[in-house]
Amino acid sequence: MQKLLIANRGEIASRIIRTCKRLGISTVALYSEADREMPYVRQADESFLIGPPPVAQSYLNVDKIMEIAKETGADAIHPGYGLLSENAAFARRAEQEGITFVGPSSDVIEKMGDKMTARKTMEAAGVPIVPGMDIHSDDVEEAIRAANEIGFPVMLKASSGGGGVGMILCEDEQALTQHFASTKKRAKAYFGSDEMFLEKYIANARHIEVQIMADYEGSVLHLFERNCSMQRRNQKVVEESPSPMISSRTRESLYRIAVRAAEAVGYRNAGTIELIVDEQEGIYFLEMNTRLQVEHPVTEEVTGVDLVEWQLLTAMNKPLPVRSQEEIHSSGHSIELRLYAEDPKTFYPSPGKIERLSFPDLPGVRLDFGYEEGNQVTPFYDPMIGKLIVTGSSRSSAIARLVETVGKSEISGLKTNLPFLLELIQTDEFNQGNYHTGTIQSFSKGEMKK
Amino acid sequence: MKTIQSTMAGTVLQVTVSQGDEISAGQTVVLLESMKMEIPLEAEGAGTVQEVKVQVGDFVNEGDTVIELA
Repeated sequence: MQKLLIANRGEIASRIIRTCKRLGISTVALYSEADREMPYVRQADESFLIGPPPVAQSYLNVDKIMEIAKETGADAIHPGYGLLSENAAFARRAEQEGITFVGPSSDVIEKMGDKMTARKTMEAAGVPIVPGMDIHSDDVEEAIRAANEIGFPVMLKASSGGGGVGMILCEDEQALTQHFASTKKRAKAYFGSDEMFLEKYIANARHIEVQIMADYEGSVLHLFERNCSMQRRNQKVVEESPSPMISSRTRESLYRIAVRAAEAVGYRNAGTIELIVDEQEGIYFLEMNTRLQVEHPVTEEVTGVDLVEWQLLTAMNKPLPVRSQEEIHSSGHSIELRLYAEDPKTFYPSPGKIERLSFPDLPGVRLDFGYEEGNQVTPFYDPMIGKLIVTGSSRSSAIARLVETVGKSEISGLKTNLPFLLELIQTDEFNQGNYHTGTIQSFSKGEMKK
Repeated sequence: MKTIQSTMAGTVLQVTVSQGDEISAGQTVVLLESMKMEIPLEAEGAGTVQEVKVQVGDFVNEGDTVIELA
């Protein structure tokens, strides 16, 4: 691999460039008209304008991306996360054009991208899944029958959905009737498919995921877990590794299930198995993300592994620096906060210009940012400005350092969730590690005490 | 004349009213997409839609008029 094209933007583009510079791989970046001023455009060895701001005309324009890859002589493409990262047609196109796609094969992406197929594949491999049923009809009556069989409350989900979009909690028949047609319609508009299924809603669940890495020969290793239960609108806000409040037996089960799941699909490269852990520590497969995750830095901080480097090695058919599970260790505790340009109370997005972006220089603090002072956060893309990752020798020392870091951080010019995060990390629930996917909602309703 | 303005910059995803419609306070008139999220624009008061100033796919800035009410 001589030259890598990064089919993405912002912080993940900067993150990938950082590893490429260290490994001596040259980089090609793409930018839309809205992203000219962003740091990654300068950091890459070459940068090309891809089109107008809307993603359909820029970062999702597969023909244009392939054209630039060929013109620049790029021999590999890294898709980052979001955008085209889990688009099987894009991966297949790269395969056909003889350009290395940094990720699993297009067949595997396809299999795991369709949630209904993924559930069936996992069930057949003996991986526990959340009880659920496919809904093949447009008729809400069929959905109601299925929901009654599963038992309310249920989650209504689009088979092709992701990123917290295309799913809704239905407490009863009335809610299901109300949301069925509109959720289908939205799924069709967003993902091009309105195939739906129902899953039993597991209350007070924890969302815990396992980072896996399958080398080019298909040997699957895990890099421990991340707890991602702090969510608003089904999107993650805080992630940490290791997960607090689970038994070592549950931890081992999570790893075993994740490795089995990756093996079952003949996985290659970095991936994540997302699991639900209920109050009795029952474990269920939720989905597999066939790409690098936003929250990968917490895993890097506790293991000392550069996951992007491992991705590139695997894509080049080169062995990983470690050959067995015993050689991978987790030490200390790492927590990531996602900083969003949004109202800290309503969580509504809030685009604007970053006038000031300042963080204290403290040990154990890692900043993965795509923006710098003076940049505009535009309404065209995800509201995430960047990630603050803080690591300590123990969970309590990491939290103490995190509170100090956030307290001394300053972002101005636009609304961000920084004040919300500062409160959240000082709650009893967070400090005790006793939180689940509904915790932020109850916190916002004022049901939690500091 | 009363108007309904956009509360933030974004792309028009859906217009849920048309000319001549009687609308009530709190009713969603336009659905915007901003930063990968759907943002409903709601009528502050009741009225009759005189003119819809935007179409699906239009980009609007904060403060732009989207609906004029009679």
